[in-house]
Amino acid sequence: MDVRFRIAADGTSLDETGLKFDLNDFDAWAVEAALRLKEKAGQGEVVAVSLGPDSAQETIRKALSMGADRGVHLKTDRVPFDGFAIARALAGALNGGDYDLILFGKMSPDSSNGIVGPIVAELLDLPCVTAISGLEINDGRGTARRDIEGAQEIMEFPLPAVLTIDEGLNTARYPSLKGIMAAKKKPLEVKPVDLGETAVTVQKLELPPDRAAGKIIGEGAAAVPELIRLLQTEAKVL
Amino acid sequence: MANIFAYAEARGGELRKVALETVTAARNLADQTGGEVHALLVGAMGIAAKAQQLGEHGADVVLVCEHAAFTQYNPEASAALAAERIKSGGFRAALFATSAQGRDLAPRVAAKSGVGIVTDVTGMELSGDTVIVKHPINIGKVIATVAIASTPAIVALRPNTFTPTRSSKAGRVENIPAVGDPSTARVVVKDLKTGGGGKLDLAEAPVIVAGGRGLKAAENFKLVEELADAFGNAAVGATRAVTDDGWRPHSDQIGQTGRLVSPELYVAVGISGAVQHLAGMRTSRTIVAINKDKEAPIFKVADYGIVGDVFEVVPALSAAVREARKGH
Repeated sequence: MDVRFRIAADGTSLDETGLKFDLNDFDAWAVEAALRLKEKAGQGEVVAVSLGPDSAQETIRKALSMGADRGVHLKTDRVPFDGFAIARALAGALNGGDYDLILFGKMSPDSSNGIVGPIVAELLDLPCVTAISGLEINDGRGTARRDIEGAQEIMEFPLPAVLTIDEGLNTARYPSLKGIMAAKKKPLEVKPVDLGETAVTVQKLELPPDRAAGKIIGEGAAAVPELIRLLQTEAKVL
Repeated sequence: MANIFAYAEARGGELRKVALETVTAARNLADQTGGEVHALLVGAMGIAAKAQQLGEHGADVVLVCEHAAFTQYNPEASAALAAERIKSGGFRAALFATSAQGRDLAPRVAAKSGVGIVTDVTGMELSGDTVIVKHPINIGKVIATVAIASTPAIVALRPNTFTPTRSSKAGRVENIPAVGDPSTARVVVKDLKTGGGGKLDLAEAPVIVAGGRGLKAAENFKLVEELADAFGNAAVGATRAVTDDGWRPHSDQIGQTGRLVSPELYVAVGISGAVQHLAGMRTSRTIVAINKDKEAPIFKVADYGIVGDVFEVVPALSAAVREARKGH
């Protein structure tokens, strides 16, 4: 699915006509992680929280159909670009919620900042480990693995905590038909929230310049000398 | 006369390449504001020895905090210290890298300081007192120009985007204490597991050789490794199909859910060029593709494409690259 984005007339937002929104991969792995922890513990509750306009409810229903117990829709008129504003609204709603773990995807593929989880953690003064690809929870303490450049950090932290999820932690389940039916009856609470001030504003969106059209220089090993010549003289990378 | 703050990332007692990129970018901004670059360097005892290199890349002042609890990355103590310095410094901007460490640290600092933040920044300028940045969104298919109105603006730069440049400055070292006791942090690195010694990381390598399903089997990845060895300065990457099949670790994955890379040269071996993969590498300066299917989408973005069997072309290319580099 090669989506071509269009810039809306205001020049600062996307034309959403024809775009379909779905739970992104990182968030799906976060939901999966929560479900597995609950299944392993044999008790507990998984709450799916999303912020945005009414379309956010579809995302919450997806999480409910995977197995989350209930949903909370933090209703705004739009999803702001500024992750800090999102984090502030989330922290307000999560404060006092008595959660053992607050899980996030490591970033959203649309605004691509990856800041909401750690900012929520700071605002709630909770320990936080970001971009984890391994997780063990035992007796109120956790151990998480973080893939960093050329190495892995093994982090320890006490619960309650905030974690953000990277690829590799798990494979998200597909909702079963039964799950999809059950999700329709699960509670979904709608709470209007105020995003407040934002320090970060989009001034302009533009499509990136196209790369120069691709060029096939030849076929098979016979093309290798020409490639070497181009890498040396034209691209100057060899 | 506003100053610019730069977090100089280190690991295992060594500066990361992104530290020099961050300080260089800070220098460029400070030259516009007429202010100074203050770099913060934290690490175990002895890290101060690395301060000189930061001066050589444009830091006027290097704030050094040495503590045994900074031997490994200490997110809470590092964030507390950076936020404290930022608060006291009158900075227009505070720069970090969008590395594993910077991605973790910068938002914590933004939250503590209550200021705006944008990560994965590919361009930056000042408009009056406002920091304006470029930031790819929607898997790199749209570029946002974003204004950060807070003082300071927190900006995390995409690695390999701002080239380290020498501009000799005093690099005056100031030893500073930690904020609170770094050894009482709640989140601690218990262990650091490093991969093969000396292997280049995807974020820092000037050349990346990446393999896809066209290699047919995990053991054939040695062709990719041999080509990377031939270049001598190359890291090895992979597509999601390959990491999902367990041929390579997830940390090698380049693409929408993996690493975003911008090397000088990207060699795609047996990669068809799914949009999710292109999202992670399309900003590479020069792209070479080798694939047997001449209709493969990778050829649409490749500066130099070779249509052919990877098992024939890649060994020939490895030999030719080795030969070409002999003269160096």
